[in-house]
Amino acid sequence: MAIDDLYREYILEHYRSPHNKGDLLQPDKYAAYSNPLCGDRIQMGVQFQDGKVADVRFNGNGCAISQAAASILTDMMLGKTPEELRQISRDDILEMIGPDIGPARQKCALLSLDVLRKGILGEPEAEDEELD
Amino acid sequence: MAVRKVSAAHIASLAPREDFPILAQTIRGVPLVFLDSAASSQKPHEVIDAMSRYYETSHANVHRGAYFLSEQASASYENARITIAKFIHARSAKEIIYTRNTTEGLNLIAQTWGLQNIHSGDVILLTEMEHHSNIVPWQMLAQRSGAKLVYTPVTDEGRLDIEAYYRLVCEHAPKLISFSLMSNVLGVIPPAKEMIAAAHSAGAVVLCDGAQFTAHYPTDVRDLDCDFLAFSGHKMLGPTGIGVLYGKRALLEEMPPFLGGGDMIHEVHLQSFSTAELPWKFEAGTPAIAEVIGLEAAILYLQRLQMTRVAEHDHAITKYALNRLSELPWAHVIGPASAEDRGAAISFTIDGLHPHDAATLLDRDGIAVRAGHHCAQPLMERFNIPATARASGYVYTTSNEIDALIESLKKAHAVF
Ligand SMILES: Cc1ncc(COP(=O)(O)O)c(C=O)c1O
Repeated sequence: MAIDDLYREYILEHYRSPHNKGDLLQPDKYAAYSNPLCGDRIQMGVQFQDGKVADVRFNGNGCAISQAAASILTDMMLGKTPEELRQISRDDILEMIGPDIGPARQKCALLSLDVLRKGILGEPEAEDEELD
Repeated sequence: MAVRKVSAAHIASLAPREDFPILAQTIRGVPLVFLDSAASSQKPHEVIDAMSRYYETSHANVHRGAYFLSEQASASYENARITIAKFIHARSAKEIIYTRNTTEGLNLIAQTWGLQNIHSGDVILLTEMEHHSNIVPWQMLAQRSGAKLVYTPVTDEGRLDIEAYYRLVCEHAPKLISFSLMSNVLGVIPPAKEMIAAAHSAGAVVLCDGAQFTAHYPTDVRDLDCDFLAFSGHKMLGPTGIGVLYGKRALLEEMPPFLGGGDMIHEVHLQSFSTAELPWKFEAGTPAIAEVIGLEAAILYLQRLQMTRVAEHDHAITKYALNRLSELPWAHVIGPASAEDRGAAISFTIDGLHPHDAATLLDRDGIAVRAGHHCAQPLMERFNIPATARASGYVYTTSNEIDALIESLKKAHAVF
């Protein structure tokens, strides 16, 4: 099997030069989560202006999948209202990361979405348990 | 392709590979290279067959059944205890308590001996290289009892700081000392016998975590003189769901029971009960009978291989793997670089490549390694790393498999 099924240049690009990486000095919302399985940690700060995401920064340590996903997700977040942020689904992220991701690595890909949903948007834990 | 000089003599599998049905398969079209035995070993036919045979011919609940099948099941269940007692050189089968795994054995001690003997201000001495299962039960006990946890540090090389250990033993006169006979991350094998002697002269009781050690080395609890030893069947060719807690008889006799229920009692009245004799006092409820039988088959298999030869084989594989990893300037072993006093669990990091990504890429070549904190987060913090990749071999591992690991790592490194 070809190695680049998962680690396509697009993913590696986001990993090597992540977008929106860093810290906001005065975020309106801030949250951090870690993946207890691997210790990967993503923190995210968001600044809103006129009800839309004006700036978002993430930071943390992790594998290429979790870092690339955070980079991609934060790109998607820019300019969105909280209502629109809520529409970003697991499938949206998994589609961007690639179809060939096993269940173990899905957690890595979805870690930053967890930070957004539970931490930034304050959605209840149960949301994560849906059997989809 | 560059010609590589053959670095050392080929190391064959110690156990016949065909004894392990799972190893014959291919993963994504390539042969499986299983290098995650420190998490759980694979099982030979003999173990699998012993368990099926039991279910096919002699399953019945153990103890109290006055009929043929139950008597047979009880006899197999108790005979296995004798095999296990001999395997670790216990004085008596009464000192062998069946548990689910190492974790349960450690928790059993914390919640019985610990609650009875550990009081506010007492010190429990652990080490920085412990598995979570030898940390969290003591934190839970400390919360209830007010005991203090002290840790023997690990040196930068990745060995236990033995000088510090002796100092801490004198300084704190710990009530209990608990440490792993082999680290599942660093591979390190501390000088247990000397450590236990020092502990005893300071008046401590010593519990050893044998989860890794008993799979790879001859274990003699009388020579070690540890007071308790916990280990798991599934890391030593046996099934999951069965573990062993060894304890010195005098200590076990004094301890309160663990779980209450059937089998652990002598008599029950509405307001009181008396406990069964050893070892049943600690075995409440219907036990894992098939798993006990499977574990006995695993031990008989290991004894036929001979534990001294198992130790030699695993040492040779470890040495070979450490050598080959040292050829990769971008790979860094976490733990001693020499195979001396070190077992077959090799953790490493790779520049620019997260362990998770490494494991995923190795998996593309059919190679199974573990990536993560290996249930040793304090040790990850000690080395200031989030995770490592870990390759761990066993009796069926060959040097060809280590070569496959190295080649695949080179490929993975080239992607990033
Ligand atoms: C050193 C050590 N201690 C304890 C354990 C826990 O073993 P189990 O999960 O079988 O209870 C392990 C298993 O990974 C281990 O390697």
